[in-house]
Amino acid sequence: MLRFVIYRAISAIPVLIVVSLVCFLLMWIVPGDVASEIAGADATPQQIVQIRANLGLDRPLFERAVDWYWNLLHGDLGRSYLLNRNVTDAVMERLPVTLSLAGLALALAIALGILLGVLAAVNHNRFLDQAAMTLALLGLSMPDFWFGLMLIVLFAVQLGWLPTGGFVSPSEDLIGWARSMTLPALTLAFTQMGVIARMTRSSMLDALGQDYVRTAKAKGLSAGQIVFVHALRNALIPIVTVTGVMTGVLIGGAVVVETVYSLPGSGRLIVGAIQRRDYPIIQGGLLLTATIFVFVNIVVDVLYGLLDPRVRHGR
Amino acid sequence: MDADALPSATSVRLRQAGRFMLRLLEHRSFLIGSVLFFAIVACAGLADVLASDDPNRNDYAAILAGPSAEHRFGADAFGRDILSRVLYGARASLRIGVFVVLGTGVAGVFIGTVAAYVPALDGLFMRTMDGLMAFPGVLLAIALSSALGPSEFNVILALTVAFMPRTARIVRASVLVVKELPFVESAVAIGAGHARIILRYILANSLSPLIVQLTFVFAVTVLAEAILSYIGVGPPPPAPSLGNIIAEGRNYIREAPWIAFFPGVVIAATVLGLNLMGDGLRDVIDPRLRKLREAG
Repeated sequence: MLRFVIYRAISAIPVLIVVSLVCFLLMWIVPGDVASEIAGADATPQQIVQIRANLGLDRPLFERAVDWYWNLLHGDLGRSYLLNRNVTDAVMERLPVTLSLAGLALALAIALGILLGVLAAVNHNRFLDQAAMTLALLGLSMPDFWFGLMLIVLFAVQLGWLPTGGFVSPSEDLIGWARSMTLPALTLAFTQMGVIARMTRSSMLDALGQDYVRTAKAKGLSAGQIVFVHALRNALIPIVTVTGVMTGVLIGGAVVVETVYSLPGSGRLIVGAIQRRDYPIIQGGLLLTATIFVFVNIVVDVLYGLLDPRVRHGR
Repeated sequence: MDADALPSATSVRLRQAGRFMLRLLEHRSFLIGSVLFFAIVACAGLADVLASDDPNRNDYAAILAGPSAEHRFGADAFGRDILSRVLYGARASLRIGVFVVLGTGVAGVFIGTVAAYVPALDGLFMRTMDGLMAFPGVLLAIALSSALGPSEFNVILALTVAFMPRTARIVRASVLVVKELPFVESAVAIGAGHARIILRYILANSLSPLIVQLTFVFAVTVLAEAILSYIGVGPPPPAPSLGNIIAEGRNYIREAPWIAFFPGVVIAATVLGLNLMGDGLRDVIDPRLRKLREAG
């Protein structure tokens, strides 16, 4: 098992090298002069020269790359122009909101997805199956931010049950926090649960056709025991894998949904930076989210190895 | 020597294609999906006829007006007709989708095939793809198109880069399988060149998973265009796209929710249609899954 974990960690290194290279090159693909873009229309030539020097744009690309990697190894992602502070600190400070939103949404999506998937598999080819799968597919087909806007119209503007946006820290007011996170988490969960629902349905159908399910039936176990204890437990492995793949989409989705509900997460930071051309923040934000995603996938793979010994011995 | 063999081979292909189409049309979700999708394509194509108004004309009497006989879907803050904007916007969104599918297809086939066929390049190409796949796709596209600057071409470029890695990986996997099949060996034996082997034998036989994948790429592109527009790095206004109509409607979500509502419904219907088509294609193309379904 330890060997498998080490193998998996080492295989992440080339991935992280490509990730950091892409983030580095992001600045290089900006057409024209980044410095004058950042400085704005009414900047003096000296200001532009100053910005160019600060960003290291006056030096050759290779030298800048060496610098980028050297700083990266020291956890330094550069300085934000607008905030006038460290990119790493700025993003890290905002990350908990994004991750808690993604985590809440993931939990909700897993619960709803498994429920729908089991419901569909148990009622295979009947009305409930079709209804559950249509709902799952409908969720996957809607733009998440648009669904969020519609939920705001319904629950916040029309009914007035929940706030239209804004964030309450859980350390100040737990109920206020729950109220501020309900709609964002629902938005994200509803547009993502389809992946899990569909996977649950197909792997449940697979499991329900196995011999051990027939044996369980023959033993006279109740339908509930057969479905939840025997079939679902065996159907869980592919669901774990799908969950790993989903985290990337969830983090990306959380970034967008945050802006809809004005939650002060890293997504809103990045989007704000895009609108004001604060490239170091965009670079750093992108790098950190991708790195988190890479580590989540390592964890998922290790979990997968724990659940299914065939995986770790296959390597 | 091919000249004599060709007609009969073609007729066999045609018959196979006919049988394939029939099976597809019998597949209910494919049928529903394609009706939905092609209805939207038709509406977008006929925008010149169906639109009641120029999508950029300002009707100052109708600023933020709700749906009425004159403006079926209402009007926006500039008094522009939402129905007309949605029709032309759908056209732009579908156009972006088509180009991203083409770009992803070409780049994915090239990278995937080279990686599978040239062992020396496999590691480099595939590790690069893995690295690109480590980014949440939408986030990478947002960053790329913000760096490149807002234009329809840059949106297409950014989305192609974001969606191409998975396609390349799928192509590589199926080329690796097909490459080892006996008919490729026999093609090598009769002295066919590399280009011919790759195009006529390997690629022609690894197309099915690619087609399924590209259907989903189209669906995700329509969603992603909307997200890019919402963030402010999509196709630039005033020319409508489904995404930038919603983005403009966001500020009036309280007093005029219809601005954002209708284009979102069209996006959802388009993506739902494409997803249903993709599901159907996958079922019909992959007989293993079909058998499972029938057995179940």
